[in-house]
Amino acid sequence: MAQVLQIRPTAQQHRPRKVVAQPHFLVGAGTCGLAAGAEKVIQVLEAELAIRGTPAVIKRVGCMGMCKWEVMVDVWLPGRPRLSFGPVNEKNAKRLLHEYLDNGVVPGDMLLGVTPGYEEPPSLEEMEGRSITEEEWLTAPIQPGPNELPVVGRLPLLKDHPMMRHQLRIVLQNCGLIDPESLEEYLERGGYAGLQRALFELSPEQVIEEVTISGLRGRGGAGFPTGKKWALARQAKGSPKYVICNADEGDPGAFMDRSVLEGDPFRILEGMTISAYAIGASFGFIYVRAEYPLAVERLRKAIESAREHGLLGENILGTSFSFDIELKIGAGAFVCGEETALIASVEGKRGMPRPRPPYPAERGVFGCPTNINNVETYANIPDIVKRGGKWFASIGTEKSKGTKVFALSGKVRWSGLIEVPMGTSIRDIVFKIGGGIEGDRKFKAVQMGGPSGGCLPEALLDTPVDYDSLVAAGAIMGSGGMVVMDDTTCMVDVARFFLNFTREESCGQCTPCREGIARLYNLLEEITHRPGWNGGRLGAAKTAEERAALLEEIERLGRTIRDTSLCGLGQTAPSPVLSTLRYFRDEYMTHAVEARCPAGRCSDLLTYSIDEALCQGCAQCARSCPSGAIGGEKGKKYHINPDVCIRCALCLRVCNFGAVKAV
Amino acid sequence: MATVVSPVKTRPSIIVLLQEVQERYGYLPREEVARCARAAGISVAQAYGVASFYNFFKLSKPGKYPIRVCTGTACHVQGGQGLLERLRSELGIEPGETTPDGLFSLETVACLGACSMSPAMVVGDDVYGRVTPREIPRILARYRRRG
Repeated sequence: MAQVLQIRPTAQQHRPRKVVAQPHFLVGAGTCGLAAGAEKVIQVLEAELAIRGTPAVIKRVGCMGMCKWEVMVDVWLPGRPRLSFGPVNEKNAKRLLHEYLDNGVVPGDMLLGVTPGYEEPPSLEEMEGRSITEEEWLTAPIQPGPNELPVVGRLPLLKDHPMMRHQLRIVLQNCGLIDPESLEEYLERGGYAGLQRALFELSPEQVIEEVTISGLRGRGGAGFPTGKKWALARQAKGSPKYVICNADEGDPGAFMDRSVLEGDPFRILEGMTISAYAIGASFGFIYVRAEYPLAVERLRKAIESAREHGLLGENILGTSFSFDIELKIGAGAFVCGEETALIASVEGKRGMPRPRPPYPAERGVFGCPTNINNVETYANIPDIVKRGGKWFASIGTEKSKGTKVFALSGKVRWSGLIEVPMGTSIRDIVFKIGGGIEGDRKFKAVQMGGPSGGCLPEALLDTPVDYDSLVAAGAIMGSGGMVVMDDTTCMVDVARFFLNFTREESCGQCTPCREGIARLYNLLEEITHRPGWNGGRLGAAKTAEERAALLEEIERLGRTIRDTSLCGLGQTAPSPVLSTLRYFRDEYMTHAVEARCPAGRCSDLLTYSIDEALCQGCAQCARSCPSGAIGGEKGKKYHINPDVCIRCALCLRVCNFGAVKAV
Repeated sequence: MATVVSPVKTRPSIIVLLQEVQERYGYLPREEVARCARAAGISVAQAYGVASFYNFFKLSKPGKYPIRVCTGTACHVQGGQGLLERLRSELGIEPGETTPDGLFSLETVACLGACSMSPAMVVGDDVYGRVTPREIPRILARYRRRG
């Protein structure tokens, strides 16, 4: 029998390490941290620590979700609490070491707070043995820096940070805190206690019962009750059975799954293993995007590590239950997020959807009963089994239980990865957690659910995030992308952007989606260009009345595509258009009838000119102009001839002085 | 006692075979696609059907430093299109093409998942976040120096 791993039996007993023997530096090195320069910071830390000869541990951890403050570095010194700093760059990393490691002074302008794991800042007894006094600690030069923390007397907690205080973290509880490659640290945080309870205390039916009581609904977008899905797979006749984790996060504007996979991969393995036990499967697949190389790497290591410790493979934890997982790397097709298409792709075919029923629970991968859930759904399972379905059901609204992770981005001040109880209002998410609109501009809309979702206007900011309220408002929960838009965003342009995406990603199998979306896209092209554009090839609408009538055609075609497409991708593809048309019809009318773009985004509807006060006479614009519309002399001011200008906006993009204006 | 039941594998999956080829060459040379088709027991046309279905597979040789510009929602809202335009004019190539010196190739991706760092792009293995079009020449110069 495989060696049985010692796992902490209950959640209550889990206590993270409170002390470290030598200095630890935990650098947020998810994809976004890396984009912000995490590797450079690590190089500086390594070099500086080598100079000092200080033995220290540098670890790459996942994403805490506070992307505005990337690169985030947690510094954990012996006898001190774990402190989060950010944003750290090559320059201030040296200062951080000098002030804090060498002199024991906390650089207040970089401090974000004492990291979770501590309910309270350490008591003074815990601080004993340090080289600085209480007085020094309390009067450490903490100024309210860019992080805007209220600091009264003692070190602030990270959980009280304005971006963190309205959040409730279940799925993200370990992200950014633990070393994602360390099984030991996952166990210390209560990992695998859920699987242990399932295997030793519950029958498969009881596990399904717990999940049903919890009220958990699929986090991939559609919100199908997870317990029901599992029960169907359990009851289905046929063998073997499979479980699949859908980690093909294809929605542009969404990175929740990536962060969980990169920051807490064992959580997914545990959730899938519990699911396999519940439905009676002995093999599983994780279908993950090739665009997420770091997530693939972390999953691969986690699977190996779990196998070594008897948490995957034959006789898990010494029981008669056996289960293993294979990683399938996706090859880049948005439609593979649809479960039947994903199954086709796992089987090595073109990822094209097929009609349902039969549902995957009856006939899934290789024709066998298959349970398929997405990353976030599985990530909730360990805690549901560990703490009980009732606990989970106590969070959220009547029909939407638990929490939801959102990827908050766009024109919001503090973008990042956040997790809130279901029922939180969009206003709270954007204005409290996100800190409002960047540059204090005016909020215009929030796009939810990616290419299948919709845009909600200001009037609907108080909509609570739960599955049913969002659908009623014309958006969807989707996988959790939330892109905030301000008054510089053109809603017609946004709709066209999504249609361009779905047009390219349509698998081409059914006509409404393949032809309909292309035609719908052309209609939007027509109203975002001047009458007679493209030689009138795409449509003959010239007069204001004719162009206004295009809006009716857009609506009619959108509804047809919605009602007649084969799979979810096609059925929801017109949503971005239909929802913006519903809430921003005026803006559509301005484009169609007046041939004007109020937000200044649709380049063919704008008039270009050069602001002489700003023009430096560098000739960059004149050189790049394809139609020779820009005249002038080098060293003097340049000007645009509107009659020759083809409105390609190239001059706008090449000007280094912001002198080209478009209205 | 139950044991792990692996899926029945008579023939290797064409996707996995193609991924291996792409890993080795950076793209899918014709003769290799034909070889994969034989190994998977399908026709060359079917293999190309799979290869052309997925964005990941490249049918022509990419540059030494492939540039992938994110065209996701957040990047679009934050002006990612400007990056693409600037790259087009700096490199003189369109998405899907490679520069004559074989140094750079240009492509767009639906979403890198780095939305909070938007607009974002990847050059080789390096991720760049919050890039402005003005920085493009400097970034490219870095790789040209490296050669």
